[in-house]
Amino acid sequence: MQGRVGPPLLQPYYDVRKLFEKERVSVNSVEGVYVACALLFALIAGGIFYSGGNLLLCVFVITLSSLFFIMAAYSTRSPYAEVGAARETLQVMSYEPMVLLMAVAFFQASGSFDVAEVFQLNHPIICTIWLVFLGVLFILTIKLRKSPFDLSMSHHAHQEIVRGMTTEMSGPTLGMVEIMHWCENVLFLGWIGMFFLWAIPTSILVAIVIVLLVYFLEIWIDNNFARVSGVHVQVGVARGPCRRRCERRVPRVPVRR
Amino acid sequence: MAFASKSPWVIHYDGSSCNGCDIEVLATLCPGFDGERFGVVNTGNPKHADIFLVTGSVNEQNIGVVREIYDQMLEPKVVVACGICACTGGVFHDCYNVIGGVDKAIPVDVYAPAAPCARSRSSTPWWPAWRSSTRSRRPWPLPRREREK
Repeated sequence: MQGRVGPPLLQPYYDVRKLFEKERVSVNSVEGVYVACALLFALIAGGIFYSGGNLLLCVFVITLSSLFFIMAAYSTRSPYAEVGAARETLQVMSYEPMVLLMAVAFFQASGSFDVAEVFQLNHPIICTIWLVFLGVLFILTIKLRKSPFDLSMSHHAHQEIVRGMTTEMSGPTLGMVEIMHWCENVLFLGWIGMFFLWAIPTSILVAIVIVLLVYFLEIWIDNNFARVSGVHVQVGVARGPCRRRCERRVPRVPVRR
Repeated sequence: MAFASKSPWVIHYDGSSCNGCDIEVLATLCPGFDGERFGVVNTGNPKHADIFLVTGSVNEQNIGVVREIYDQMLEPKVVVACGICACTGGVFHDCYNVIGGVDKAIPVDVYAPAAPCARSRSSTPWWPAWRSSTRSRRPWPLPRREREK
């Protein structure tokens, strides 16, 4: 797409493996605890969902995870992290109604909040609540932090606030954030797959194919839709120039060793 | 440290120089040369960086900044002095405010004493040699804008 090879597929794994090898420092003593809580609740939410548990509880637990992550960013008292946290809060407020609507619509369609109920249905819930599916597809881009909506935290410093929420997080703490992001990806794609499951066991294959297609669509959106601002409508801008503008910004919160 | 070799995140600081090395470094990190093939990411954040890439010499004004960035980086970390100015002060070594190479401020691990500005491309030992070799043996097609030239 950009005429280049790019990093290997396992690059996020290499990054995390490296981050856990780095020195353990943080700007304060609570940041790591908040991030650990965020990771823990993301894992619990995934566990609830994939064990066929209560979808509403899963939604609340994953929101709690997001809130812990926002608190972790606010606790660092860095201006960049605070701006990132404020943006993240706005994003959570904007997508959360749709997520709750999804849970309610799921109840309307299947007669239960239990995810395992989908395997008792005669037809997948997409047949009745396809509009909700479109809504979830729309907020999925925000939840997966893909390009037009990666303004609170991005792998690159696109959003002009260094690394946003993770600016002051480093080493193993940043590694936990990355793992939390993987867990969230798996959970949210599970929500997508849930729409296509019904009593026939082979429907799992259908769901997996749809999930892969949706994930590819998200990556396609990520690469094709740069953030647009005002009159400067630049769709498909390469990733180069932003780095130059961002590189001089050195955060000033000292580390505590 | 073994795992770091597959994801070296770089922070780049230009001390004081003619900006030749500065521009070359940024050109290398851009999609044209595609450093991300090797996991290289140009972070603007010393707390995430593994490699501190300094171009240009250390002077009275920036010695504090260089030390501050170095202190904020987490172990294990590597400092690369890129270009002759960063190694010894180069042509600016006897300037009234220049202290010298980066090693006057922080410990340097790798010296890369060749500057793109100092000589013509053919004779400069390290950087343009690497550059031209990457260009000629490029295993993927050039970006469209370069092909059309």
